[in-house]
Amino acid sequence: MTVTAGWYFTLAFVLFGIGSIGLLIRRNALVMFMCIELMLNAVNLTFIAAGRELHDLTGQLSVFFVLVVAAAEVVVGLAIIVAVFRTRRTASVDELHELKG
Amino acid sequence: MADFVIRNIWLIILLPAVGTVLLHFLGRRIGEPWAGWIASSAIGGSFVLGLIAAMPLFAGEAEAHVVHVFDWIPALGANAELLWDPLSALMVLVVSGVGTLIHIYAIGYMHGDERFGRFFTYLNLFATSMLTLVLANNFAILFVGWELVGLCSYLLISFWFVRPSAAAAGKKAFIVNRIGDFGFLIGLMIIFSTFGTLSYSTVLHDPGSLLGAGAATAVGFLLLVGATGKSAQLPLYVWLPDAMEGPTPVSALIHAATMVTAGVFMVARTSAIYALSEPASIAVATIGALTALFAASIAIAQTDIKRVLAYSTISQLGYMFVGVGSAAYVAGVFHLMTHAFFKALLFLGAGSVIHGMGDEQDITKMGGLWSKMKVTAWTMLIATVAISGIPPFAGFFSKDEILGSAFGRGGWYIVLWAIGLITAGLTAFYMTRWFVLVFLGKPRWDEGVHPHESPKVMTVPLLVLAILSVIGGFVNTPFKKGLEHFLEPAFEGVKLAHEPEGALLWLLAGVSVLVALIGIFVAWTMYNRPEPTAEPLAAKAPNLWRRMANGYYVDDVYGTLIVAPGKLLSAWSAFVFDKKIIDGFVNGVGIVVRRISAALSPLQTGYVRNYALVLAAGIVGFVIWIIGTGGF
Repeated sequence: MTVTAGWYFTLAFVLFGIGSIGLLIRRNALVMFMCIELMLNAVNLTFIAAGRELHDLTGQLSVFFVLVVAAAEVVVGLAIIVAVFRTRRTASVDELHELKG
Repeated sequence: MADFVIRNIWLIILLPAVGTVLLHFLGRRIGEPWAGWIASSAIGGSFVLGLIAAMPLFAGEAEAHVVHVFDWIPALGANAELLWDPLSALMVLVVSGVGTLIHIYAIGYMHGDERFGRFFTYLNLFATSMLTLVLANNFAILFVGWELVGLCSYLLISFWFVRPSAAAAGKKAFIVNRIGDFGFLIGLMIIFSTFGTLSYSTVLHDPGSLLGAGAATAVGFLLLVGATGKSAQLPLYVWLPDAMEGPTPVSALIHAATMVTAGVFMVARTSAIYALSEPASIAVATIGALTALFAASIAIAQTDIKRVLAYSTISQLGYMFVGVGSAAYVAGVFHLMTHAFFKALLFLGAGSVIHGMGDEQDITKMGGLWSKMKVTAWTMLIATVAISGIPPFAGFFSKDEILGSAFGRGGWYIVLWAIGLITAGLTAFYMTRWFVLVFLGKPRWDEGVHPHESPKVMTVPLLVLAILSVIGGFVNTPFKKGLEHFLEPAFEGVKLAHEPEGALLWLLAGVSVLVALIGIFVAWTMYNRPEPTAEPLAAKAPNLWRRMANGYYVDDVYGTLIVAPGKLLSAWSAFVFDKKIIDGFVNGVGIVVRRISAALSPLQTGYVRNYALVLAAGIVGFVIWIIGTGGF
């Protein structure tokens, strides 16, 4: 059995689904954050798979951009979560609903 | 030398302008008295330049010079162009000459005022504006000067703005002048639409070729509206008596000698237009005659030392209007000049009295100042005689030339001559009353008042003006018409009215001198008594006297008919229209937005997972749509 691009896409789809469902159902900000990382990496996987399949380096190139952005996002996001945790003693996003209309 | 100054005639305006800017920024630091001396030398410099530039005109050179300074609004024919002809030269000399004397006088009068520097800033700004007005070569520059002198008038009337009456008087002057300017501006628009330019060179050079008789009448009437505002004629004279709230040098300079004559000057300048329209000219002369009589009758019953002079100014301006309205333009401008001398003198003398009496202005509390203030008293005697029209003082020649010319026109003008003659008697009467109550008789001062003569810096201008009031009339006597010869080029192409000649001239002069002497005699017998303040006329006709003392209640009538409805309208606009309709509209927009957002705000739950769900659902929906439509 050869591992074709379809497998990679399927895996990416499954990972993205796990990530998005996790994002929707979990309340801990840290866990939601990990879910987002999961979704980002699922997308990275599709990029690499498609790039290899089409013999185009652009796909792999895009991944670097995503990685860099994700790293920056982690820095900012974790800082916010830590700051919120320090003041609120909780990381549950349901507690943070001041923007309720 | 003269050529250089004429080519750079704007230097005359520049000097006081530099003074204004300098004093505006440094007036407080320069302080007393140097700020005053700087301002005086600026305007004095203008006078010297004016004299130099006028030399060729004195020598009989008739050519008018147009000096182009820079392009301003070429499309309107309104470039920064100045006109140097005999009329503007005479006005420049009167404005800067009398202005210099009053500036110097003010150094003494304003002594100790905490805003000394600022006062001279305004005075120099006024000089700048007035010189711009008289030197203009188009109606746009004229209008700029016209508005600027109005602004200076406002600033100086309300110079002591902490007094509510002064602040109100300043506003009144400004608003009443606006009404006049409204007509003036419409007149200028008609001129522009007819000629396509505002330049004197085109408009006043044979206007009859483009301006029909009807249009000329309309323009004449509209310009007259402006002139009645600025020159305090019926029905817009009401601001001038109140303008006496300003410091006395201001009353002398702006509200007697120069600014208020701007209307007369403007009519004289546009003589070519008035020559086209008999009705407009008659209107000018009639308004002048009525104003002269009306204001003179009010002046009789005033008790404020400056208000008498204020109404007298209105009355004398009326004479000038009679002059220019009768096409006796030279006579009108002649009276403008002599009046500038003796009325400035009267006001400065009144200021000297107020100064010496410790800010007392009520003439019923004066009397007996003759021995205390020798110089002031003597100069005031000269001024009183001059304004009363006794030969050979200045007022006699100019007033008689106006009356004689009006008589010479015949017809309706005879009526105006008669009104003027009655006014001459009233003038002699109220001026004698004024003089007797202030200077003669027994002292009626309040306790603690110690009258003293004013310092030299104030009395020297008085003496100079007194000399001018004595000899000023000789520039244009029936025997030697010097001024007429001088001014004639400025009225080229306009038929000037003249006094009758021969025996009739002597008869008319004799009659008016007789009337003046009667006025003086009656006043003398009435007031030169032990109890002069009892007002013999008030006992005989109390109702009439009360009306005259209150200016026939014109202020109250205007207050009821115009000001009160205006205030009602303003109150309605402010508290009903603005509050309910304008604010209602703005608030209504706010309320609608708030309602809509209240309806929509529950969408924002504040739970992140709700937002994420909507986002995910959107993406899923989008993907389904793409697949459904078969890709991009």
